[in-house]
Amino acid sequence: MTTTAPSPLPSAAQDGAASTSGRRARDRPQLSHVLFALPALVMFGVFALLPLIGVIALSFTTWNGIGPIEFTGLTSWKEVLTRSSTWNGLVLVLLMVVATWLTQTPLSILLGAFLAGPQRYRNLLAVLYFLPLLLSSAAIAITYKSLLDPNFGLASGLNLDVFALNWLGDTTLVWYVVLFVIAWQFIPFHTLIYQGAVRQIPQSMYEAAQIDGAGRVRQFLSITLPQLKYTMITSSTLMVVGALTYFDLIFVLTQGGPGVATRILPLDMYLTGFRGNEMGVASGLAVLLVVIGLGLALGVQRLGGKDANASQMEGA
Amino acid sequence: MKNLQLSRRTLLGATAGASALALASCGTSGPGGSGGGGGNAATYWDLSGEPGEGITQGAVDAFNELDQGTVDLTFFQNDAYKQKIRTAIGAGEAPTIIYGWGGGGLRTYAAAEQVEDLTSFFEENSEVKDRFVEAVWGAATVDDKIYAIPNESTQPIILFHNKTVLGDIGAEAPTTWGDLMSIVEKANSAGVAPISLAGQSRWTSMMWLEYLLDRIGGAEVFERIAAGEPDAWLDDAVVEMGKKVEELIDAKAFVDGFQSMAADSNSDQALLWTDQAAMMLQGGWTYGSMKTSGDGFVQDGRLGYDPFPTIEGGKGDLANLVGNPAGYLSISADASDAEKEVARAYFTDGVMTDAVAESIIETGGVPVVTGQDEAMAASEDSDYLEWIYSAIQEAPDFTQSWDQALQPTVAEELLVNTEQLFLGSITPEQFAENMNAASAS
Repeated sequence: MTTTAPSPLPSAAQDGAASTSGRRARDRPQLSHVLFALPALVMFGVFALLPLIGVIALSFTTWNGIGPIEFTGLTSWKEVLTRSSTWNGLVLVLLMVVATWLTQTPLSILLGAFLAGPQRYRNLLAVLYFLPLLLSSAAIAITYKSLLDPNFGLASGLNLDVFALNWLGDTTLVWYVVLFVIAWQFIPFHTLIYQGAVRQIPQSMYEAAQIDGAGRVRQFLSITLPQLKYTMITSSTLMVVGALTYFDLIFVLTQGGPGVATRILPLDMYLTGFRGNEMGVASGLAVLLVVIGLGLALGVQRLGGKDANASQMEGA
Repeated sequence: MKNLQLSRRTLLGATAGASALALASCGTSGPGGSGGGGGNAATYWDLSGEPGEGITQGAVDAFNELDQGTVDLTFFQNDAYKQKIRTAIGAGEAPTIIYGWGGGGLRTYAAAEQVEDLTSFFEENSEVKDRFVEAVWGAATVDDKIYAIPNESTQPIILFHNKTVLGDIGAEAPTTWGDLMSIVEKANSAGVAPISLAGQSRWTSMMWLEYLLDRIGGAEVFERIAAGEPDAWLDDAVVEMGKKVEELIDAKAFVDGFQSMAADSNSDQALLWTDQAAMMLQGGWTYGSMKTSGDGFVQDGRLGYDPFPTIEGGKGDLANLVGNPAGYLSISADASDAEKEVARAYFTDGVMTDAVAESIIETGGVPVVTGQDEAMAASEDSDYLEWIYSAIQEAPDFTQSWDQALQPTVAEELLVNTEQLFLGSITPEQFAENMNAASAS
């Protein structure tokens, strides 16, 4: 969640201008290329690939975390695919991905476009909007838990009985609460991405549109939104993969409850592994998550189409 | 066995390699490295949080001055510790002295030969064993072998009540199920919550099940379940227990929004001492925190406590208790002989000495050792302490908290099903069947 993909715009401009001879030189791997890539490759290998291989191996075993590891073939996988908790978690996490995208993307684009304006007061607002970015998920969850306490929370503090609802104890309501808190935490991040992207749109486009008589809404729909296409892909990838691995905030806020109402797949994986001590099954769930995450991320990238690396700036 | 060990290490190396590297790069040393230079030092992990933290620190400091070796103490937050200790044991990085809760968790450590069998140690040092209250040894014993020494205080679960609220609604402390239900009715019509319950924490709701099952079917029903007897969960008493929960939910016995309340913020206790609730079923440890933060609630004598009521037609004895008999300390089988030597010396001369017992009583706890009557009588909490102390010694059965007594896999399943039972999303019959299936696999 904390890594940011580089904006495709600057490199895209270079790609478009690359000559044929340059391209041929690039196809041949040179020693310097390998050396430059080495640090990243080593980090990726040690921190991503090795653990992944370990987890795949563990998914074919039965292990309670302290006893001997027994290779039991597909036993754990059979358990993964037949327990109701897996499917419940899978449906919930996919719902989470969709709902997260639908709530956060429009708000982030609007806020980002608004904050990209030159006025002074917008800078002040921006600072306020970005405050949640500075807080850790655990701190946010603990704070919201206290605020939402039906007896000693915000509702009783302000004497607003209408807000004294069973926020975290109602199986339907809790879902919206979790969505809201996640949005509260991450909209600032995506707003920041969109703000940067909107500022990169050449002013000349808007000037030309003004001469043609386009109003603000028309300018937004016909210039800002299309120009944000690649930023949207970046932001959406982060959002989808982020929602898919969402864990810390929900773990602290609801523990997956009440019942199994917010026990999304990553949380189910953690609880199965470290509470239930079924490491084999938990590893199977982890592999499932990796596959789904990879698939969704590639899918979102595909939405960019074949010209994803071409420039959008031509003619500007 | 050797081969299995090897493959386990290799796999762990692959999966835990990343975290080990991260640790190393942060400049912190793992538990293995904190042993110090000399061979005669034992590492010891315990739980943070007062008053226990200060008492344990005091016990270790006193022992370290005896020149029998050094105990190196580290504290961890309760919930985080439960997962950390298992991972450490699995990775062969366990401390010499392991804090635990006995019961099902200890059984898995013993089965994996990760903790020392202390039976012969206690046979040779019977004076150490004899200092403890008899009731606390059950949870330290696996298949007739003792794997841990009891520690700290006994924490039975108690039905607390607010005397002011009960007086206002014209009721008395309940002794039967009928009494309890009539308090629920009276409290509801008077506009106060009958029972405070931090349902989001799940183990809080489980406490109700523990007492209900004991009072309905007697302690034997859970004994059979804990022993892993087939179909033990399908006992009629389990379904009957679930029906009592339904009865409570239908009568709106628990405070509105109880599913949103978590015990870690102590809001369930606050409801009781702010006169917003009539009763609360909680662990004995809440006495101390209600005394500290309750604004004179305990000191003014407004806190009442009584045994859990009997249920008509039920088999359970009114004197039966459920709860946590004690904390438990084990010795890691991976430790060196020198480290084990220091740990055993600490068990003999450091754990539950008279000074430790005294400081436990000072904080309103009931130490797990015998012969404390005088010290308790002199305490300002003497009424409460003596009541618990005699209750423990007279209890025909002291059932260990279910989530500690059962295997960890089943315990997690139990908490999820308990919450669903209290939400009304599963029936008592489904509860029994789900638990039976979870225990069988």
